[in-house]
Amino acid sequence: MNREDFPMLKKDIIYLDNGATTFKPQSVIDAIVDYYSNYCANAHRGDYDISYHVDEAYESAREKVRNFIHAKEKEEIVFTSGDTESLNLVVRGFFENIIEKEDEILITQSEHASNVLPWFRLAQKYGCKVNYIPLDDNHYVTLENVKKAVTPKTKIIALAFITNVIGDIRPIKEICEFAHQHNIFVVVDGAQSVAHRKTDVEDLDVDFLTFSAHKMCGPTGVGVLYGKRALMEQVEPLNMGGGMNESFDSVDEVHLSELPTRLEAGTPNIAGVIGLGAAIDYLTKIGMEEISAYEIKLRRYLIDKLIDIPHLDIINLESDSGIVALNVEGIFSQDVAYYLNKYNICVRAGSHCAKILKKEVGVTNTCRISLYFYNTEEEIDALVDLLRDKEKILKEML
Amino acid sequence: MDENIRREIIMEHYQNPRNKKEGLDNSYLKVNTRNASCIDNLDIYIKINQNIIEDMSFTGEACAISTSSCSIMITNLIGKTILEAKEYIANFEAMINEQEYNAEILQEALAYNEIYKQNNRKNCAFLPYKGIKQILERIKDELK
Repeated sequence: MNREDFPMLKKDIIYLDNGATTFKPQSVIDAIVDYYSNYCANAHRGDYDISYHVDEAYESAREKVRNFIHAKEKEEIVFTSGDTESLNLVVRGFFENIIEKEDEILITQSEHASNVLPWFRLAQKYGCKVNYIPLDDNHYVTLENVKKAVTPKTKIIALAFITNVIGDIRPIKEICEFAHQHNIFVVVDGAQSVAHRKTDVEDLDVDFLTFSAHKMCGPTGVGVLYGKRALMEQVEPLNMGGGMNESFDSVDEVHLSELPTRLEAGTPNIAGVIGLGAAIDYLTKIGMEEISAYEIKLRRYLIDKLIDIPHLDIINLESDSGIVALNVEGIFSQDVAYYLNKYNICVRAGSHCAKILKKEVGVTNTCRISLYFYNTEEEIDALVDLLRDKEKILKEML
Repeated sequence: MDENIRREIIMEHYQNPRNKKEGLDNSYLKVNTRNASCIDNLDIYIKINQNIIEDMSFTGEACAISTSSCSIMITNLIGKTILEAKEYIANFEAMINEQEYNAEILQEALAYNEIYKQNNRKNCAFLPYKGIKQILERIKDELK
């Protein structure tokens, strides 16, 4: 649906790598061009009209984010360079200050590198432990397994809402409820979820949520850290500089700004934030519920066709997201991706930054098909036709 | 080289790679070789005795081009002296960089004589050579 809104879709390509990044609708591109063309000034310098206009646009984007994920206050929304920076900000700006040697952090083996490596470093620096919640036969996280993995030492549970290879949706609300009864913080990586389904941080009761603009029709280089107000007040800035201080005079006389600007030192990615605001307007107009319903339907259509092809090994048959990971028997995933590229079909081959997942599924590399609302059944038909003929793949993959 | 023959050689070495196993014992030197831009990941094992490459093998996961290129490289290098090996590697490198080279000594590795047309796959074909060059550098340092 809505294909006419995307300049990239006017090119002759079938784009099935939406887990990596999504295309941008014209309205997002226009919003960015409009800022650079018509009111290009710095933020928080409201001495003249165009700068005042920048502040309005920048802060209205924050309000749009707040509303989009149903946060209570705008102080809970901090702009970063992306999901990765958001996660690193939580780990270093908040958890570094409260972590103790005997603490345990629970993650899973299907997390993306950005929800693994910051915790690994924390463990290396402070001697705390990173443990894994066991996954079930479908590689899912269940509340039961979370309960089994939690010990009196568990301080943090950090999970993707939707994982980027398996595409499973985690029972975050139930996990938060259980975790909070045991004084455990819950950090949710929303990189693969916020773009695809409705997010309500208040209802979920997550402590922190992170995501990127570029996976939700917005520009690259912008992300969000959401945190509950009381926790965000304790996050220490990683960057000191302009725009985040009230006054300073000497080492002992530094007064920082209030939230959220305290955590946004330096000139922010103004164009990017405005673009994110436009992306949220765009997605809201279509409706997040419509988007997820369409993706689920499209995924079923894809699976129903793939399941009859004997030489395919589908890693995640079941999943309520738009992600399918597969391999063609006896052919390296990258060769399959090269082959599809010859027909202008873009899929991703590799470990997809989930490098410890191989311990779980026993496969290091896969071809990943990740759908979005602008993909169509016709595109899937074209993909399936090319995958059906193994001889053709072997003949044409070089 | 005829395109069909080229394809046949590459597919044969991809589907039936020679010496795809670990080094037999610790007399083998091992090197890991990978490209930042793709997911190919190979371990190459080499046994050198009195300046002669006595045996080689490899393991790992890689695409058709990398895997076949490694299998062919191993086939061609076993039995060569270090000096001959270096000459062979230099010729392969010259070929994929569109420079002058001696076709005769490359044998089946000539199957990659047009790989320069696909810039991303050029790195795949060269991946095993990147690894073996590292090993030979290491040996040179040890001999100093």
